[in-house]
Amino acid sequence: MTALAAPPEATPEAPGPPPPRRRLTPYWLLLPAALWLLVFFAAPLVYQASTSVQSGSFEEGFEVTWRWANYTEALDTYAEHFARSFGYAAAATVLCLAIGYPLAYMIAFRAGRWRGVLLVLVIAPFFTSFLIRTLAWKTILSDNGPLVGALDTLHVLDVTATLGLTTDDRLLATPLAVVCGLTYNFLPFMILPLYTSLERVDPGLHEAAQDLYARPLTVFRRVTLPLSMPGVVAGTLLTFIPASGDYINAQLLGSPKEQMVGNAIQKQFLNVLDYPTAAAMSFLLMAAILIMVTVYIRRAGTEELV
Amino acid sequence: MSAVAEQRAGVTLTGISKEFGDVTAVHPLDLTVPRGSFFALLGASGCGKTTTLRMIAGLEQPTTGTVRLGDDDVTALPPHRRKVNTVFQSYALFPHLDVHDNVAFGLRRRGIRSVAKDVRETLELVELGHLARRKPHQLSGGQQQRVALARAIVNRPEVLLLDEPLGALDLKLRRQMQLELKRIQTEVGLTFVHVTHDQEEAMTMADTIAVMNAGRVEQLGTPVDLYEDPASSFVANFLGQSNLIAAEIAGTAGADLLLSAAGDVKLALPAARCRARSTAVGTRVLAGMRPEKISLAHRDAAVDGAVPDGRNRIPGTVVDASFTGAATQYLVDSPVCPELSVFVQNVERDPRLVPGAQVVLHWNPAHTFGLDGEESLLAGTLEDAGTGEEAP
Repeated sequence: MTALAAPPEATPEAPGPPPPRRRLTPYWLLLPAALWLLVFFAAPLVYQASTSVQSGSFEEGFEVTWRWANYTEALDTYAEHFARSFGYAAAATVLCLAIGYPLAYMIAFRAGRWRGVLLVLVIAPFFTSFLIRTLAWKTILSDNGPLVGALDTLHVLDVTATLGLTTDDRLLATPLAVVCGLTYNFLPFMILPLYTSLERVDPGLHEAAQDLYARPLTVFRRVTLPLSMPGVVAGTLLTFIPASGDYINAQLLGSPKEQMVGNAIQKQFLNVLDYPTAAAMSFLLMAAILIMVTVYIRRAGTEELV
Repeated sequence: MSAVAEQRAGVTLTGISKEFGDVTAVHPLDLTVPRGSFFALLGASGCGKTTTLRMIAGLEQPTTGTVRLGDDDVTALPPHRRKVNTVFQSYALFPHLDVHDNVAFGLRRRGIRSVAKDVRETLELVELGHLARRKPHQLSGGQQQRVALARAIVNRPEVLLLDEPLGALDLKLRRQMQLELKRIQTEVGLTFVHVTHDQEEAMTMADTIAVMNAGRVEQLGTPVDLYEDPASSFVANFLGQSNLIAAEIAGTAGADLLLSAAGDVKLALPAARCRARSTAVGTRVLAGMRPEKISLAHRDAAVDGAVPDGRNRIPGTVVDASFTGAATQYLVDSPVCPELSVFVQNVERDPRLVPGAQVVLHWNPAHTFGLDGEESLLAGTLEDAGTGEEAP
């Protein structure tokens, strides 16, 4: 920082730049976070990047040969995994929005003194581990569990089977199960940002809109919804991004036919021990998400919103 | 205002009341707002004036009674189906829409396609034509207030409701906006119902004022009527200042009642201006007079005949004199009241009128008004705990 950036309230008796120690304060405050990012994010990223262009084998050792074919081969082999990942994540995001928005709306505008309790209930699942919760879903969806029985009796499973969501009168080991698991696990990440943005909407604006001839549905469409868009964007991103890279749900609730790209990466890293392919896939996933998110944010136009 | 317009009602409230649980915010009241008039609901915070306004807008459902706009009963209609628009105290501008779209909101909801011309003309009216593409948060408080006004009047509602619209502005801007609102009302000829706790604002702007207190209308009339002839001690104290003296009717002299107050003070009061329950001898009354109606003479001058005959006189001692520029406000200790307030224009200041001076207060008896003797002397003043404080 130079003298130009000195705070304007600098006292007249000290017209020069502030003493060096004060000038450096902001940087000292940044230091812990910067170090953390350097050691645990930037360095591993560079390491992974170099791994992704290596060749060799686990037994003979890997070396950097700038083998870009790692990327094309990974894409060829695992195109279906990528497609499934983004498909399941998108489906889960849409479901989360459909379930989360009415809930967040209710908590923000209608809950009254129950607001706090309901919010605690939304985050209550976090008190248990992700793995345990997903395993619980395995029980809920199990073949001889009550849910399958009920849905079978009501012929719901026939409908979902026709849609290609389930097979063989089962819930477990189907795309539906994986999407349900993802939806359940990431729902709080959708609700909380939605709630925060809805809660900031002044109820006086609802009255003003009604006073200006807007019927209730129009009030929602023209006032509440546009004002909650920052929450919608934040919620969908917080759901879609981790859901795309998730592999627990596919592993516990799906079959090999529902494997997502996360499962493939995990397998390459831990079972096949083909580090270059695994690293290349990780980078492909990152790049794909980055592109999709950029396009999405541009189109949602959140910078237009307050 | 033409005689025809006077007969047509803009808003008619009949027996309207509102209860919130155990609390009665508005006692059953009848009110008729003439079409095309500037009507003020004046009262301290919590007196029910805003609730009354919200019942006209449809934002609050009355517990009893009916609301009519013109000849139509709208009591059961939701807000979006009433031809009424509100300028909210907080303005409630849509933060995601620019000024133009805020103003166009009501027109578009009514299915009007070509809004550009109306919006432009209304923004010109409030002198904001050049800011049409700004967002509300880029405007100053006064500009936001005008956008809120434009957004309401562009719809040409049957009645425009103003809920303390100037409350958030600083004093200078508020005075300026008062005149502007009055100009706009004259220009567009809509019925304005204006809620305020600022008596000066109400008197400056309104044709008719309803003074509300504790959920009831205390008095309704023109600003001059209310000021010169208040019907209750609340109105006397809430609108401007009043000196109220407890007295008793001692007899009559022609068209005047003769009153006697503490310390052998005799006062004359026109019988027509007395609102006590009876005019029988011995009836308790509150005799009132406005501070600017009273003249002040030094006792030595009064002895020399400076006070004409036929005027009400009270002897006293000056306790305090505050110079306010155009006038000086004196507080005078007298046998009838320890703090009589007197405003004297600074035309020819008598240098003897300093604290401690013996003086005689005198005024034309015709300026005296009489109130029921059972009323509280302090109603409507700052000392009156129930209605004195104002909302932040």
